Amino acid sequence: MAFLHATAHASAPAIDNAAKKRSLTPYFLLLPGMVWLIGFFVLPIATLASTSTMTRPDGAAVGTYVQSLRFQNYLDAFSANKDQFFRSFIYAGIATLLALAIAYPLAYMIAFKAGKMRSFLLVLVVAPFFTSFLLRTIAWTQILGDEGPVVSFLKALPFFSNDIRLTSTPFAVVSGLTYNFLPFMTLPLYASLERIDPRTLEAAGDLYANGLTTFRRVTVPLSMPGVVAGTLLTFIPAAGDYVNAYLLGNPNTRMIGNVIDSRFFAIVDYPTAAALSFTLMAAILILVTLYIRKSGTDELV
Amino acid sequence: MSNPKVSDSRGDLHLNRLTKRFADFIAVDDLSLTVPRGSFFALLGPSGCGKTTTLRMIAGLEEPTQGMISIGDTDITTAKPYRRPVNTVFQNYALFPHLTIFENIAFGLRRRGVKDVKKDVDNVLELVELGHLAERKPNQLSGGQQQRIAVARAIVNKPEVLLLDEPLGALDLKLRRQMQIELKRIQMEVGITFIHVTHDQEEAMTMADTIAVMNQGKIEQMGSPAELYESPKTAFVANFLGQSNLIKGKVNSRSGANASVNIHGIDIEVPITRMASHGDSVLIGVRPEKLNINAKSKNSIGNGTVTDASFVGVSTQYLVKTSWDEELVVFEQNDAGAPDIKVGDTVSLSWEPAHTFALDGNQDLAAGADVDHEAD
Amino acid sequence: MKTTTLAPAPMPTLSHRASRWFARNLIRIYAALAFIYLFIPVAYTFAFSFNDAGKSNLIWKGFTLDNWKNPCGAPEVCSALGNSLKIGLISTILATILGTMIAFALGRYRFKGRSVINLLIFLPMATPEVVLGASLLAMFLNFRINPGMTTIIIAHVMFCISFVVVTVKARIASLDPRLEQAAMDLYANERETFRYITLPLVMPGIAGAALLSFSLSFDDFIITNFNSGTVATFPKFVYVSAARGIPAQANVIGSSMFFIALFIVVAGQIIGRRRKAR
Ligand SMILES: Nc1ncnc2c1ncn2[C@@H]1O[C@H](COP(=O)(O)OP(=O)(O)OP(=O)(O)O)[C@@H](O)[C@H]1O
Ligand SMILES: [Mg+2]
Repeated sequence: MAFLHATAHASAPAIDNAAKKRSLTPYFLLLPGMVWLIGFFVLPIATLASTSTMTRPDGAAVGTYVQSLRFQNYLDAFSANKDQFFRSFIYAGIATLLALAIAYPLAYMIAFKAGKMRSFLLVLVVAPFFTSFLLRTIAWTQILGDEGPVVSFLKALPFFSNDIRLTSTPFAVVSGLTYNFLPFMTLPLYASLERIDPRTLEAAGDLYANGLTTFRRVTVPLSMPGVVAGTLLTFIPAAGDYVNAYLLGNPNTRMIGNVIDSRFFAIVDYPTAAALSFTLMAAILILVTLYIRKSGTDELV
Repeated sequence: MSNPKVSDSRGDLHLNRLTKRFADFIAVDDLSLTVPRGSFFALLGPSGCGKTTTLRMIAGLEEPTQGMISIGDTDITTAKPYRRPVNTVFQNYALFPHLTIFENIAFGLRRRGVKDVKKDVDNVLELVELGHLAERKPNQLSGGQQQRIAVARAIVNKPEVLLLDEPLGALDLKLRRQMQIELKRIQMEVGITFIHVTHDQEEAMTMADTIAVMNQGKIEQMGSPAELYESPKTAFVANFLGQSNLIKGKVNSRSGANASVNIHGIDIEVPITRMASHGDSVLIGVRPEKLNINAKSKNSIGNGTVTDASFVGVSTQYLVKTSWDEELVVFEQNDAGAPDIKVGDTVSLSWEPAHTFALDGNQDLAAGADVDHEAD
Repeated sequence: MKTTTLAPAPMPTLSHRASRWFARNLIRIYAALAFIYLFIPVAYTFAFSFNDAGKSNLIWKGFTLDNWKNPCGAPEVCSALGNSLKIGLISTILATILGTMIAFALGRYRFKGRSVINLLIFLPMATPEVVLGASLLAMFLNFRINPGMTTIIIAHVMFCISFVVVTVKARIASLDPRLEQAAMDLYANERETFRYITLPLVMPGIAGAALLSFSLSFDDFIITNFNSGTVATFPKFVYVSAARGIPAQANVIGSSMFFIALFIVVAGQIIGRRRKAR
């Protein structure tokens, strides 16, 4: 998927037939990377699939499983964790919409209004990455914490009760998700907005003579590849995340990632963890496929 | 050439029955032509007629589906681009953005293993009068300067053939005229074969020794600018190169130096030497400036009505509707004593037989008239 | 001659002007707020790197420079950082090489099975990290491979490749093919064309991909946590110590990384701009 540069092809003239040749070279170029991806992505996923239908024989040691093709595992795992499943998708969905709402004007401003500051501002968008995202999330737990400045301030206001809390709430988890994946939303949006020739906007202004109409009829459609890429890059990791729910939430905000994590490490229930992982992956792939179809940007893949 | 890998063939460029097919679309169709060594050759034609494709095949950037390309006696049809004594000035110049002007020009010399490039590069920079820009990057140059660097980068290699694909297309009219003169000067100075692609007929006529008019993958006609203008062989050429009045006619007889042709009931004369067709059905052609109003030239077609008059400075352009309801274009010089003619007036039209040409009658009258002329 | 007098334009009131200014700069104000939002936790992390906190850096206890003077003071912080840097470096080099090769194959050649390759590049990006981490671990366990440094690097290269391919491929696609044709026309054979034209022009894309790889690898927690065994990376160290309080040295390291990265990127841009202007 050309996540970050979905439309880059448009600028290249279509006369490069001579440059594209048939030979063995491409296969040599592809070989090492593909071996890596097959060995450490496809094969693991296959292992995961096979693990998901295993059972633990009676009396066997913890962590010992044998293949018994028990597809019931999926139903069991899903029905025991459907709350977490739906929660994951709802939280990720809200966080994606919020991130889009914050990032679109930001990307628009950097692309069209920043002048010489453009590349510097772009660096600023990425810069927080380098302070570990865990440190930043923990900083949020302290900023929003019960003793933190925000809560103290809110308590001082007359219209909030004194036992108001911000951490350990769904609000905190969604905010954390929104915050952490904001750059993933901003960069592809910027990449697609930046490619819009300002003259097309001027031309549109000439034809429609209304800023809002120009935005709706020209800017938004042209930035669609960026919107699709950005929402995917935000939604997918957010749906599988468990760090924000762990640090900013409470037991009632557990997401599917938390369940998979604890099944693997705390409970050592590999088949359930595998079944859940597989279900999550399948659900996301179906959603992504539908979404890409619907948004008409097939070119992305 | 110091590099043994680059073929050092010399002589005329021959294209022999060259065809290029993209899927089921034929871009260049069985094209044969010879470009004499050292000539300034223009390839002229409407958009999409296959000019670029032809050049790319000569440069080796596109492989012909059929046919042969040779320079002198050397067949270069399938030679790699870097093995041909041919260089190209690309339409958008294609200067290397990461290299300085100096390095751009030195690129070809270095690849051929020339040791001391400085002298050659400096010389060619002097030739294009841009010596002071050697250390700049291409994006710091104006369009006209970039164009000259693109030419310099190609001719510094002293190729047998230089291909120029609409090198002046991106320039404004004034700069384009200036560059035309410049290019012509450079060609005279270095004496290599230039093949210049353009769809600007004026540019082709002012610069080239020989013009080939191309249409739908084929050469319609080839010759000197005057030859093409005075004696076009097809309706397409007649209309594409300047304007023409074409009138359907039937040959009555061919005797002596002149043939007698009947157009809409009127007999006129056409010199046999200026007849491109042996059939009976012909198109009679007259250039607008050769048509005379209210004069007594030999080929007279009687009266018509003026339907439009537009003043264009040195001349006035009239549309005159003939008795058979065809509108003919007439240019009248605005010299002293020019008659005062207004729309609605009845005038007589005539011309000299020597200014007539006759084409095969089975052609579309308007062929080539409505295709794009960039600099009409 | 007739003179026309224009009716004097009504003087805009101050509040009117203020609201007009506001409307015109709305998007800038919005963006400024977004930046503040992005940087609040960074600033907080930086501020608390000066906290005289002792073991648990939760509440402000007073200003000190001790943490900065002795960034390795807390146990394991620096070894975790060292691991992260080492993993980041090795993964970046491998992923950049493998991904760039794939990108060139996709961008410059015709071959059978292109759509399968595209799918294989796309899927790791569309798979949540838990699934990537869990599946790799499941495989390693299956083959009785003990997780450790090597497995972390294997995992990181795997998820970075796709991002490298996408970034470099975009750069190759935006390259004007006529530049390479011009080089061939100027007597450069395929190899020379690649070396003198293609590679230098694609280089910014490769550098960007490497930077992206490094930051993804350096900051990864979830996949690493699955496949690290007993090896601690910096994010893992932070996560593990979150429960019992994070030493202020972690803030020192987080803040330094931020400033170093900012410095490198900005310096790189300035050098790039200089070179262009030369
Ligand atoms: N790679 C290609 N694949 C398919 N068709 C092509 C390709 N390249 C050119 N053509 C077609 O071949 C025809 C000739 O193209 P060419 O570029 O030679 O035209 P041209 O005479 O140079 O036109 P212009 O004056 O607009 O540059 C066009 O109809 C074009 O659409
Ligand atoms: Mg062309």
